[in-house]
Amino acid sequence: MTDNTHIDEHRDDEGAKTGMWIFIFTELLLFGGLFIVYSVYRYLNPMAFHLAAQELDTFIGTVNTVILLVSSMTIAMAITSIQLKNKKLTLILMGVTILLAVVFMVNKYFEWTGKISHGIFPGSEILHQSSQGEILFFGLYYAMTGLHALHIIVGVGFIGYVMWLVKTDDVKHDDYVILENSALYWHLVDLIWIFLFPLFYLIT
Amino acid sequence: MDNGQHTHIVKYSTFVWVLLILLVFTFSSVAITELELGVFSVTAALVFASIKSIIVLMYFMHLKFDKKFYAIMMAGIVLLLISVIMVTFLDYLYR
Repeated sequence: MTDNTHIDEHRDDEGAKTGMWIFIFTELLLFGGLFIVYSVYRYLNPMAFHLAAQELDTFIGTVNTVILLVSSMTIAMAITSIQLKNKKLTLILMGVTILLAVVFMVNKYFEWTGKISHGIFPGSEILHQSSQGEILFFGLYYAMTGLHALHIIVGVGFIGYVMWLVKTDDVKHDDYVILENSALYWHLVDLIWIFLFPLFYLIT
Repeated sequence: MDNGQHTHIVKYSTFVWVLLILLVFTFSSVAITELELGVFSVTAALVFASIKSIIVLMYFMHLKFDKKFYAIMMAGIVLLLISVIMVTFLDYLYR
C-alpha cells in the first residue's frame, strides 16, 4: 500500500462502499420493522385487510414496479458505461433513471390524490366510520409508501448530484465509488418496493 | 490501493437479461394472486418477491462479483430479520 507512488487525496473505495452497505442494512432493518408491524396487524385483522387491499389499484402498482425495475437496470448499466469510459452514455443512463423516478412519483401522486378524493386518508370521516383494521391498513399504506417515496426523492437528489460529478469529471472510469454507492442506494429503493408491492397491492 | 475489486465489468446484456427475468417474476406474481388461491397466493407472492430480491442483490448490487464479505454481511441481516419475524409470530400464535 505504501509502495503506491501516485499520492493524491486520501481515498478508500472499499471503506466508502462498506459504509454504504452498513447504511443499507440500517434501512433494511427500518423497513423490516414496518413489515413486521404490517404482518402482525394483518394477522389480527384478516378480513379488514382483505377488504381494504381491494381498494388499491393493482394496475398502477404493477406499472410502478416495472418503472422501478427498469430504472434499477439503467443505473446498474451506468456503472458499466463509466468503466468503459463512456461518459455520455453514463449521463444518459443516469438521466433516464431520474426520469423514471419522476414518472414513478407522478403515478404515486395520482394514486394518492385518487384515494384522498375518495375520502380515504388518515383522520378522514370515511375512515373513522370504518373498522379498526381498515384504519390500520390505510395508516400503514400511507406511512410505508410515503417513507418509500421519500427515499425516491432522496435517491433522485443523490443521483442528480453524482451526475453533476460525472459531468465535471470528478467521477471517472478509475474513480467512481460514489456512483456505485448512489446505484446501491437506488437498488435499495427498488428492493423495498419489491416487498411493498405484493404486500399492499397483490395480496388481498 | 486495491483496484482489483473494480476490474469486473458486467456486460450490458447481463443487465437486460436480469431485467427480463425480474419482469417475468413480477407478472407471474400478479397472475398468481389474481387467481385468489388464499394462503397459496400469499406464499407464492412472497416467494417470488424473495427470488426477485436475491437477483437484484446478486446482479444489480454486484454481490456476486464483489468480495464475499459483503454477501456474508447481507446474509447476516436477512437471518436477523427472519429470526425477529419468527420470534414475533411465535409470540402471537401461542399466546
